[in-house]
Amino acid sequence: MRDRSLIYLGLLVFLAAVTIPFTYNLTASGSGSMPDLELPENETQCVESTEFMRSSHMQLLVDWREDQVRENIRTYTSSDGRTFDVGLTNTCLKQCHARKEDFCDRCHDYAGVEEPYCWECHIDPEQIQWSGQ
Amino acid sequence: MIISRKKFLKIAGVSALAVTGERLARNFAGAMQSEEQKTAGALTTKRLAMVIDLKKCAQEEGCTQCIDACHRIHNVPVIDDRNHEISWIWKDEFKHAFHSAHNEYTAKHIEHLPVLLLCNHCGNPPCVRVCPTKATWKREADGIVVMDWHRCIGCRYCMAACPYGSRSFNWTDPRPNIKEVNVDFPTRTKGVVEKCNFCDERLAKGKLPACVESCPQNALFFGDVDDAGSEIRQVLASEFAIRRKPELGTNPEVFYIV
Repeated sequence: MRDRSLIYLGLLVFLAAVTIPFTYNLTASGSGSMPDLELPENETQCVESTEFMRSSHMQLLVDWREDQVRENIRTYTSSDGRTFDVGLTNTCLKQCHARKEDFCDRCHDYAGVEEPYCWECHIDPEQIQWSGQ
Repeated sequence: MIISRKKFLKIAGVSALAVTGERLARNFAGAMQSEEQKTAGALTTKRLAMVIDLKKCAQEEGCTQCIDACHRIHNVPVIDDRNHEISWIWKDEFKHAFHSAHNEYTAKHIEHLPVLLLCNHCGNPPCVRVCPTKATWKREADGIVVMDWHRCIGCRYCMAACPYGSRSFNWTDPRPNIKEVNVDFPTRTKGVVEKCNFCDERLAKGKLPACVESCPQNALFFGDVDDAGSEIRQVLASEFAIRRKPELGTNPEVFYIV
């Protein structure tokens, strides 16, 4: 029984290691709050419901891409019957989310999503600092 | 029941004949049907083509308005290094553009005549045949040879296959070399091939290609060569027009009035 103190010390270290995620969240301030997204002023409803967009906007954008580029289908009819021009810059950004960094990027940063490579070609009108202008 | 060897072979033979016969009949019926569908589709489709009147084009010396308009609208970078240059539409001398029509006695004014060059949107495009990812294909509805830059892997087979040099490769990020950005049209990225798209994004909105619209001499004609009543057919019926390297069997859709 002369190892009692060592055993208790070991248990303590083990417990501390196991509970790190919980203690870290308790001490870190504000890291658990949802990102504050800048919503468009002129529109209240995206092309589909918020839940659908939150879970499946990437699939919708891929479908738009396939429709426009490969099938030459340039309009999208939403499930509630409204029609939209298909376009990442021209529809999503120009019509609603003028500031990509306050909407797309904020949520992607929060969710730990890498910047999608859409923007290597598609233009964010707010950020054309790369041009020779 | 006991079956003799002879009887067994007879039954097997007849069964095999029945099975293959039915398959043959089905395949034949299928072939007939698809042939019908093809002809039915041909009535509704178009064959977009361009006529360039070189006499009119040469009237304004050094004019680059069509080139400027096209390259501005499509965010084509301006790169001075000729090895990295990107062009959708450009000019070269007659002796280079129509190599086989040129000889050592060709009149000087013809030899050095500037010829406007762009993708020929071939009827039988070799670039499409070699693309391993189907990033380029001939659109059935109007015959435009389009590209899907999302799918291009930059292998440059299409560039090797194109006998007109119509395709350019982005060796570097094109963005820093775009002088004036058009936010309505995407840029390309490093490692992607690009070329003229006959302004398919403008055609979708009922507009003419940018080069045709911007030409101050009205030297460019654009339309459906399958439509006998179209302006382009009237131009082709009234003037002698040639095409670049038709002997290769690519069936180019850009015609030149010399």
